[in-house]
Amino acid sequence: MIALITSVLAITLRAGTSLIYATVGEIYTERSGILNLGLEGMMLLGAVTSFATAYYTGSTWRGLLAALAVGGLLAALHAFISVTMRANQVVSGLSITLFGSGLASFLGQRLGPESNNYYLVGMSGPRFSPLVIPGLSQLPILGALFEQDILTYFLYILLPLSWFYLYKTRNGLDLRAVGENPQTADAMGINVVKTRYLYTILGGMLVGLGGAHLSLAYTPGWTENITGGRGWIVIALVIFAMWNPSRAALGAILFGGINAVQFRLQAAGTTVPAEFLNMLPYLMTIFVLIVMTWWEALSKRIGAPAALGKSYMREEK
Amino acid sequence: MNEPEAENTLKNPILEMRGIVKQFPGILANDHVDLELYPGEVLSLLGENGAGKSTLMNCLVGLYRPDEGEIYVRGQRVDIHSPKDAAALGIGMIHQNFKLVQTMTVAENIILGIGALPFVPDMDAVSRRIRELSARYSLQVDPQAYIWQLSVGEQQRVEILKLIYRGAEILILDEPTAVLTPQESHELAGVIKVMMAEGKSAIFITHKMEEVMEFSDWVRVLQHGRLVAVKRTAETSPQELARLMVGREVLFRLEKRAGTPGETLLELRDIHAEDDKGLPALRGVSLALHGGEILGIAGVAGNGQRELTEVVTGLRKVRQGRVLVRGEEQTNRSPLTMIKAGISHIPADRIGMGVVGDMAVSDNLVMKGYREAPLVEKGVLRPRRILKYARRLIETFRIATPTPQTRIKFLSGGNIQKAILAREISACEGLLVAAYPSRGLDVGATETVRKMLLEQRDKGMGVLLISEDLEELLTIADQIAVLFEGAVMGVCPAQEADIESLGLMMAGVRQTELASAPAIA
Repeated sequence: MIALITSVLAITLRAGTSLIYATVGEIYTERSGILNLGLEGMMLLGAVTSFATAYYTGSTWRGLLAALAVGGLLAALHAFISVTMRANQVVSGLSITLFGSGLASFLGQRLGPESNNYYLVGMSGPRFSPLVIPGLSQLPILGALFEQDILTYFLYILLPLSWFYLYKTRNGLDLRAVGENPQTADAMGINVVKTRYLYTILGGMLVGLGGAHLSLAYTPGWTENITGGRGWIVIALVIFAMWNPSRAALGAILFGGINAVQFRLQAAGTTVPAEFLNMLPYLMTIFVLIVMTWWEALSKRIGAPAALGKSYMREEK
Repeated sequence: MNEPEAENTLKNPILEMRGIVKQFPGILANDHVDLELYPGEVLSLLGENGAGKSTLMNCLVGLYRPDEGEIYVRGQRVDIHSPKDAAALGIGMIHQNFKLVQTMTVAENIILGIGALPFVPDMDAVSRRIRELSARYSLQVDPQAYIWQLSVGEQQRVEILKLIYRGAEILILDEPTAVLTPQESHELAGVIKVMMAEGKSAIFITHKMEEVMEFSDWVRVLQHGRLVAVKRTAETSPQELARLMVGREVLFRLEKRAGTPGETLLELRDIHAEDDKGLPALRGVSLALHGGEILGIAGVAGNGQRELTEVVTGLRKVRQGRVLVRGEEQTNRSPLTMIKAGISHIPADRIGMGVVGDMAVSDNLVMKGYREAPLVEKGVLRPRRILKYARRLIETFRIATPTPQTRIKFLSGGNIQKAILAREISACEGLLVAAYPSRGLDVGATETVRKMLLEQRDKGMGVLLISEDLEELLTIADQIAVLFEGAVMGVCPAQEADIESLGLMMAGVRQTELASAPAIA
């Protein structure tokens, strides 16, 4: 039984890793007051470019760099549209998702080798394999933490670090102020535009990494719609985490867990139709949103950055 | 313009602004304005709304960039690009709407944006330093408290501490007393005196004459963006300053006939309601308003006034208690029901709740009457009749608008308010709820608004007047009730009310306890 729990937990963590990267990234973006709904497109593009890069260079690390670059670039575009042009952030984000998904699908049919009709689908390339840590991985239950790939291990540092940065450092304080009240931040000498660009791009890079984890580690290779809507689930996870990076893991593990259980059930030949099981994560998303909103209203806690989604302009007259 | 500054040849100005020009689309907000400030002194900037006081100061703190002009600090020509530059020069400003992050603590707000702090600030050391400064300037506040937990007066203390903590030498205070009780204003005067004795200097923006006399050494008067007078406070009078500010003699008192209260129009019985966060905002409010009477609600903003108006206008549900209009039960009815019951509403948030900025003046004027013939027939609006109706109101209420079709957001604040008054008064059937009707208006428009309210009273309407301006309440109200933390501290006839006891009630002393309360120096 314990072995079963341990193995489910290990799969959960593997399934949740990409979600955690993207959630932490989006938390940082939203903390600066920018809502980026382009995640789905950015993850897809991150996944395809990182896989293609790794395939041709033979280096998973170069693949990661490509994902960072692509995520950062799309996020910079979003920052330009919403910070500099002060356009509607929802529209900009949705456009980026549509653009990113389309481009990713196009690249998936063009970047492949000639032998495969230039398709990337079906090709196998280098990947991040699980690194089992001897001894630690033998622990009951906790062992699940120590049979992961390097990207998951890196999360063990990223999560506490991003919490510490947001709540304990001067820069984190300034970032929170920009997302809560840009007028005040501006009057206190914080550069609102620079802050919003910085964290939108930084967030985008993490989202790109989330995409890369899918194509380089979780389900190695490129398939159409490899994200399966993870970009949208992350939007809900950010709310679930109440914009606190240390809680990003909780939500991601919950959703990763549903995925893992769903695969287990399908493998065990359950009579529930697969379509229903596939719906579970999305139903869960709706459920989480309802519960969180309700709980927020009950506990009088307003978690969202007050200026989220609002443009800021100084000389307003 | 006179420059009687010969006696100051011994002292060099710590700050000088020369020939500042700032243009906004359609408005010349500052037209070659000069300013000098000496160490240890307070300079008042006096002017009506829109005279350009805040614009000038925003240029000084780097929020705006002047189009022309020079700024000298301690004799050095400076170029201020951002609030950061200003802070580095020791210039700090307390804005009219506080620049505080509600969800952060006092200490976090105070250190916000200070680049010189270590990457991981030692919050205990910060708190200790804040406590030291609090004690030195008697600005009591808990560094660990969240801003949303603080009263407005306490929030202002945080703003002052913020400047002191950053070592500001030149303090700019933009209408700092607007949100304070009279006693809190006195405290502020004391704090400013201590700071001036240390050689700091301050610029004080206001349009209240009494404060100019109380706080400052020098006065500069702005009118339509231009500097029209420089005076030593000791050598001028409130009357002279008012004349300089408005450009004509101002009546400080309106003529008010004795009222004849009629039937009870509105009765609130033990009203309990919550604010947007779900916290109790009204705790057992009972009030009665009669026809031919103005019932003033005094109190520092945020003590339940907003919730009170919303309960009466049907915008907020009560948790407990009853609302009676002309003796009829109207508890928790919709806004439309309340309108039909004869209640008109002049909201505090004019732009947000009073008008639709992007719609024509005429459309805004019929936003209440459009439901009925002749403005609408079989569900179809009749544009020509609407225009005619609007023209009549524009004329009667002297609303200055280029055309009835002009989008209302392009009008001045005073004219937007007149348009709201025109709509609400013309549709009024008994009861007028007016929240801060003269806030932000210049002296002329204020006079008009107050006259209109008095006219309604004389016609037998009941007016519920919510105001934070005690002068206004004493001038036009018949009865004054004081709200504090959602409860009525007391109700008294306006003729018998005095500023000091109203001030004490605004600070939470009940009327019944007034006699035993300690006297405030």
